[in-house]
Amino acid sequence: MGGAAFNNSRFPSVYPWVGWTDRWFIDLFSDGRMWNAFKNTILVALAVVVISVPIGTSAAILINSLQGRLRTVLYGLMVAPILTPGAVIGISTLLFWNRLSVPSGLHLSTLGQCSYISAFVMLLVLARLQSFDRGLEEAALDLGATYGQVLRRILLPHLYPAIGAGAAIAFFQSIENFNTTLFTRGPYDTLTVYVFSRVRSGITPTINALALIMISVTLLAAIAYEVHRRRRERMLAGLVSGDPEAD
Amino acid sequence: MSELLRRYGLSLTIFFIVMVAFWLLILVILPYIYLFEASFRLYLPVDQMGGPQDVYTIKNYASFFVTPIHRWVFMVTILYSSVVTVICFVIAYPLAYYLAKVASNKLVPTLFLIIMVPLWVSEILRSFSWFIILSLKGPLNYALVGLGIIDEPIRWISGFQSVIIGLVYTYVLFMMFPVYNAIQSLDSNQIEAAQDLGSPWWRTHWRVILPHAKPGIASGSVMVFMLAAGSILVPSLLGSTTSRWFTEIIQQWMFESQDWNTGSAYAFLLLLLCTGFVSVVMRLFRVTLSDIAR
Repeated sequence: MGGAAFNNSRFPSVYPWVGWTDRWFIDLFSDGRMWNAFKNTILVALAVVVISVPIGTSAAILINSLQGRLRTVLYGLMVAPILTPGAVIGISTLLFWNRLSVPSGLHLSTLGQCSYISAFVMLLVLARLQSFDRGLEEAALDLGATYGQVLRRILLPHLYPAIGAGAAIAFFQSIENFNTTLFTRGPYDTLTVYVFSRVRSGITPTINALALIMISVTLLAAIAYEVHRRRRERMLAGLVSGDPEAD
Repeated sequence: MSELLRRYGLSLTIFFIVMVAFWLLILVILPYIYLFEASFRLYLPVDQMGGPQDVYTIKNYASFFVTPIHRWVFMVTILYSSVVTVICFVIAYPLAYYLAKVASNKLVPTLFLIIMVPLWVSEILRSFSWFIILSLKGPLNYALVGLGIIDEPIRWISGFQSVIIGLVYTYVLFMMFPVYNAIQSLDSNQIEAAQDLGSPWWRTHWRVILPHAKPGIASGSVMVFMLAAGSILVPSLLGSTTSRWFTEIIQQWMFESQDWNTGSAYAFLLLLLCTGFVSVVMRLFRVTLSDIAR
């Protein structure tokens, strides 16, 4: 399956081969619409992270200290957007804000995406909360810490790995998103919508150039992650065996 | 609520509640209510809105039931989404079993990475790549002709086969991860015990591993079915004129006819379908929502 990602980039003009050219890349880089779409995608993704991470974290903390029926109902409501098709989220967001006379645009795409991406953050943080020792909180309160201090110095540091993972997932989910964005975007482009409209209106190798770049970036990120993971594993192994030579 | 107050104090509790209320009310519940409400209104020019003609009606839903082609597309979407779900399971189960119980611990992270990479490449590029692979002059036909397996290039992108291939490829991982998680939590001793007691491999799977993997399978099926039925990219890139997907009809109402009301009625039908599927799976597998969403 990993091979398929390489496969595509060699097409559509692998055969017959007419020689090397960097024309498509130059075309791509001089395409103002592409750059605009790129900028929009990054902006939306950042906005989604900024909104959905606090929401998801609050939701996880809230649901963690609830029990019984209320918890079940709230949990169901929070998870529902994940199980809803993106098109439905997009259309309902569009209709709702349209009724409040808010025109469609990237701000609606951001809100629409947040509605289900917050749920991912919530699930991640909630899982992390399970391993939290509540005694620490109580101890801090008994020793005279304020509620804000407890949150900032004790609970949040414990949750940071999950919050970080949540932010990363939110960012990439937002870049990936097509269905919700398509209905809410108004006249604006994001990268996925741009690629989609280009592919539909007849393929040119510029798209292949873009695909090649995007896939390379992905692969580089994957390799960087793997290298980082191995190094950390070795470090941990070194710590456990008490061998100071191990990196 | 009182526990929240005791643990985090008044101002933080209010902050948490406001955040969650904003999310659930403004971003989730109210939009759905408006979708539902709008689907019962007529599509009118702006100046007639709120006028005598602006009444509630089931005309939008009626247009679904009186248009045979829409009904047909709806059924076909259900059928092929189910087919995709089943194929995904057939592919994902052995893979997940291998990763969870057979592969050595050292190998697993690397294998995972290889499997994950296509997931990181965005959905649109994956569909696009299949569009190229399956095209008439694409690498697949080139290879098959070159190997002498077929004499003439096959037109892959016709009917639903290319859509199914694309959907399976795009969403198989959403089946694999939950099933993997479920199988991994099974104690290997149970499998060995079954084998020691003389159970053939298929019965071990049927009686020991599959029942244990049930929540994972349920969760994977729900995700794959929902994503497949709601997919826009794959059907419109890999589909042909003979294969229409329900989302494409919704899109038509929204963009080409600019009739948002009928569009929302159709979107609501799609939502009903997915909700129905979730509850059927939950009933069938006897799992709860918190088992599914993990």
